[in-house]
Amino acid sequence: MSITTESVILTSHLPPDSAAIRRSDFPTIPVVILASIAFMAIFANVLAPHNPEVGALTARFHPPVWQQGGTAEHLLGTDQLGRDVLSRLIFGARVSMVVGFTAVIFAGVIGTVLGILAGYLGGWVDQVIMRITDAWLALPALTFAIFLAAIVGPSMWNIVIILGLVYWTRYARVVRGEVLSLKEREFVRLAIVAGCSKWTIMRRHILPNVVNSAIVLATLMLGVVIVTEASLSFLGVGVPPPQPAWGLMLSDGKQGLMVGYWWLTVMPGCCIMLMVLSANLLGDWLRVKLDPQLRQL
Amino acid sequence: MRQFVARRLGYSLLSLLVLSLTIFFFVRVTGDPAALLVEPGASEEDIAAIHQQFGLDRPLWVQYGLFMANLARGDFGQSFYYQTPVLELYMDRLPNSLLLASVAMAFSLLVGIPTGILAAVRVGRFWDSAGKLFTLLGLSLPSFFVGLVLILVFTVYLGWLPSSGAGGPLHLIMPAFALGWYFAAAHMRLTRSSMLEVLGSEYVKLARLKGLPEALVIGKHAFKNALIPVLTLAGINLVLMINVAVVVETVFAWPGIGRLLYEGISFRDFPVVQGIVIMGGTMIVVVNLLVDVVYAVIDPRIRLEK
Repeated sequence: MSITTESVILTSHLPPDSAAIRRSDFPTIPVVILASIAFMAIFANVLAPHNPEVGALTARFHPPVWQQGGTAEHLLGTDQLGRDVLSRLIFGARVSMVVGFTAVIFAGVIGTVLGILAGYLGGWVDQVIMRITDAWLALPALTFAIFLAAIVGPSMWNIVIILGLVYWTRYARVVRGEVLSLKEREFVRLAIVAGCSKWTIMRRHILPNVVNSAIVLATLMLGVVIVTEASLSFLGVGVPPPQPAWGLMLSDGKQGLMVGYWWLTVMPGCCIMLMVLSANLLGDWLRVKLDPQLRQL
Repeated sequence: MRQFVARRLGYSLLSLLVLSLTIFFFVRVTGDPAALLVEPGASEEDIAAIHQQFGLDRPLWVQYGLFMANLARGDFGQSFYYQTPVLELYMDRLPNSLLLASVAMAFSLLVGIPTGILAAVRVGRFWDSAGKLFTLLGLSLPSFFVGLVLILVFTVYLGWLPSSGAGGPLHLIMPAFALGWYFAAAHMRLTRSSMLEVLGSEYVKLARLKGLPEALVIGKHAFKNALIPVLTLAGINLVLMINVAVVVETVFAWPGIGRLLYEGISFRDFPVVQGIVIMGGTMIVVVNLLVDVVYAVIDPRIRLEK
C-alpha cells in the first residue's frame, strides 16, 4: 500500500483519543465562514461594488482604504489593471465554491460507485479497479492534475473534471474497505437469502451505509481540492484569466509583491486559507459525529 | 522472503504498467497527440515527422509498444524550448531539487519530531493543544501563500533574504521553510501518535517500574522505537517533496524539477511535462517498493501475511 500526502491529511487532524471525541462541539466559526463564502458566491452580482473583470487603467494599484492613498471607492484597493480587489474576491468565492463542490461531488460519485463495485463484486472487477487506484495514487495529485490540464487546456469545467479524475481514488479506497466489512454483515446475507439481485443489494443495502463515510471524506477533501485548484490557477493551468479566481489573483499579485503591493497577495491568500481551514475543521467534526469508523483511520 | 519480494515487485511493475497506460491513453484520447508533441505553429512536415516517429498511423497497441520502447531506452522525447532531450534537462535539475528537498526535510524533522514528542509527553495539555493548532495550520496553509508571505516579510519589508534564484545558503532558507512547513506538521502528527503508542507499551512500563528517571525512559527507550515509522514516512516524503515542489519552486524561482515543470507548462513544452510526470510516478512506485521490502526484512510478520 502506498502512502500519499492526502492519506496524511485525511488522517491527521484528530488523534483517536477520547478527549478529542468528547470535544465534538459544533464548529460554529467554520460553518459561519463557509456560509458567508457561499453567500458571497451566490449573491456576487448584487454584493460586488464593481465589475470584477473590467478595470480603469487610471486607477491601478490603489491601496486599501485604511492605507494612505486608498479611496472608499475601492475598499480593498485595486490590482495591476485597476480592477477592484473586493469585487474580484467576491466573484472568486463563486469560482472556488463551484469548482470545490462540483469536483468533490464528481470525484465522490466516481469513487463511491467504483469502490462499491470493487468491494462487493470482488474478483477481477476488484483487481482491475484497485490496481488502477493504486497506480493513480502513486502520482502526486498536483503533478497529475498539471499533466491532465496541459493536455486538455485550461477552463473552469476542465478543472472540475481533472480534479474529479485525480481525487476519486481516495474515495474508492475508503469505500471499498467499508464494503468489504459490510458484505459480511447479517442484513446483507439476509438480503441475499431473500433473493435480492446484486444490483439491488449494492443500491439499497450497501450504498446507504457508505454514504456517511463518503460525506465525511468529501468535506475533508474540499480543502485539498480548493488548494489544488488555487495551485493550478496560480501556475497558469487552472481557471483562465480574466476570470477572478483566488489562485489567479495570487499569481497576478506576485509581480507587485516586490514593490510592496501586499494586498494583492495577502487578501486572496487569506480567503483561500480561511476556506480551507473551515472545511478541514468542519470535516473533523463531521468525522467524529457521523462516522465512528473513520475515527480510527 | 523471496516469494514476498517477487510478489511485491510484480505489483510495482503492474502499477508502472497501469501508469504508462494511463498516460498513453490520456494523451491519445483527447485528440491528435501530434498536436501536443510538436511545437505550436509547427509545419505540416513536422507533424508528419512526429506521426512517423511515434507511428501514430499504426494500430494503438503498436503505438503503445513504441511508446514503451522509447521509455525503456530513457528516451522521453525532445524539449521544444531547450532543444535538448528531456532526460538530460531532468538530470540537470535533479541536484537542485534534491538539495531543496533535503534541507526542507531536515527542517521538517527538526521541528516535527521534538514538538511531536512534547505533545505526546504532555498529552491533553497546553503543548498538545498548541501542537494540534500547528498541525491544522500546517496542513491548511497552501505553500504558495506561505511562500509569498515569507517574501513579503523577509525580502520586501526586512530585506534580510533574497527572494528568488539559487546561490548561497541564504537562498535556501525561505523555499525550504515553505516546502517543509506542511511536512513538519505531518511529521509532528505521526511522531505524536507513534510516541503515544510506544509509551503505552510493556517495555516502557517496565522501564518506569525499574524506577528509571522519566528523561531516560523517554529519551532512551521510547524515543528510538517511536522514530521508526516517522523515518519511514520521511523517506517517502523526501521523494514526494522532489515531486510536489512545483509551486514553491515557482514562487522562489528555484531551478529544480518543479520549476522545470512550470516552464514546461508556460512554454507549452509537452514532452517536458510528460517526462516529469512519468519520472515522478516511477520514483514513488519504486520508493514504496523499497519501503515494503525493507519492512519485510525487519519484521517477519509482514512477509508471512497475504
